[in-house]
Amino acid sequence: MPTKHLLKIEDLHHSFGEEEVLKGISFSLDKGETKVIVGPSGTGKSTILNNIIRLVPPKKGKIYLEDIEITSAKKINEIRQQIGFVFQDFGLFNHLTAKGNIMIGLTKVKKMNKKEAEELAMLELDRVGLKEYANSYPSQLSGGQKQRVGIARALAMQPKLILFDEPTSSLDPELTGEVLKVMRNLAEEGMTMLVVTHEMGFARSVADELIFMEAGNIVEQGNPEKLFTDPDHQRTREFLFQLTDLYGAGEN
Amino acid sequence: MENLELIIDALPYLLEGTLVTIQLTFWSLLIGIVVGLPIAFAQVYGNKVMQGIVAVYERLARSIPLLVMLLLINYGLPRLGLRIPIFRAAVIGIGLRSAAYQSQIYRGAIQSVGGSQMKAARSLGMGKLKAFFYIIAPQAIRIAIPPVANESAIVLKDTSLAFTIGVVELLRQGEYFIATSNQPMVIYLTIAAIYFILTTIVNGGLSLFEKKYQIPGIGIEGGHSDAY
Repeated sequence: MPTKHLLKIEDLHHSFGEEEVLKGISFSLDKGETKVIVGPSGTGKSTILNNIIRLVPPKKGKIYLEDIEITSAKKINEIRQQIGFVFQDFGLFNHLTAKGNIMIGLTKVKKMNKKEAEELAMLELDRVGLKEYANSYPSQLSGGQKQRVGIARALAMQPKLILFDEPTSSLDPELTGEVLKVMRNLAEEGMTMLVVTHEMGFARSVADELIFMEAGNIVEQGNPEKLFTDPDHQRTREFLFQLTDLYGAGEN
Repeated sequence: MENLELIIDALPYLLEGTLVTIQLTFWSLLIGIVVGLPIAFAQVYGNKVMQGIVAVYERLARSIPLLVMLLLINYGLPRLGLRIPIFRAAVIGIGLRSAAYQSQIYRGAIQSVGGSQMKAARSLGMGKLKAFFYIIAPQAIRIAIPPVANESAIVLKDTSLAFTIGVVELLRQGEYFIATSNQPMVIYLTIAAIYFILTTIVNGGLSLFEKKYQIPGIGIEGGHSDAY
């Protein structure tokens, strides 16, 4: 069934072997929205993102990108071009410079000519504050800089939305701020984003909607302020309280 | 002085043998690449059956001494009705063994690039083949150069075993000359020096290549291939 939402997920199921990690997830994402998924480790949050671009094909359920059902669409490579993905471990190509990492998708997938691709790459690097590092190789960058290159790479493909899979989880605490700042700016510029994170400060201040998941189910979703201050479920309160305690409630 | 004259007299014969040694090395390494690469692909990307088959091959090739393998090929194949020249028999034996070792090198190099870069490439909309050529291969080649240099030097030295099945390579040319001059030490030392020069050239060449295409953070930095 066609949908007016940018992204719509219907009754998504997934299992690894015997273990069911997603037990029927449904939600949607509109253009310009930022939704943040939080929840304990191993509850299938990352699996949802991987299911969406079929890096891990979903077992059951339907996913729509605008009015196209992408769960079984044949031209998966064309769909992936429209959905950016930012990885927990960056996934940068180690043999390419920061600029090269951004250009390769443009030249080899989008068939853009080299000069145009280079201009766009420089623009996106500037957007994440790394123009001076265009010719640095990943091994010469800090974790925070690597992740910003990862974001610039996703941005350059001019996707309809970007999926963030715990983008700050492998960073030292002092480096998370620069990445979150970039993400915050993107949200303000109207980029559509679906973010899995443990950064409660970011979730609370940036998300249009917070989705709390546990054991493969959505426990509660709604306005982040409401979930933080007056949730409907006791479990939401316990989890958010615990994480806020751990990471702080304030701005990151 | 006498020794020097002896070496000068022997040199044309030894160089003739050296040429055969180089040919043996070249063809053996080529077989090693042509057979070793598909084995590596089968191990990394193949299904369980393919992985099983190449694992058995690898086990066999790495367990049988090269000398025994050469003798088996040289005496065994004719019994099966396959008459092949001794040069080819030597190349097949040395090459197939090298393929087993080279496949390990390529597999390790491909795997060390890591699945997360493959995932990232796929996420940009690259097909598997494109991702392999543009992302995995350029890194895997750089990572493989030092161990390939090492393997090349090993193959070069092991071609001397072809002597035992009658190939007139460097060592056998030396033997011929010793038979007439009766000066084994001088000749053997000269042969050793020639092997030394050849391995140095092989390692030096690949080391230069490695340095030329060096990228920070890829491979083992600090001239690993200088050691052999």
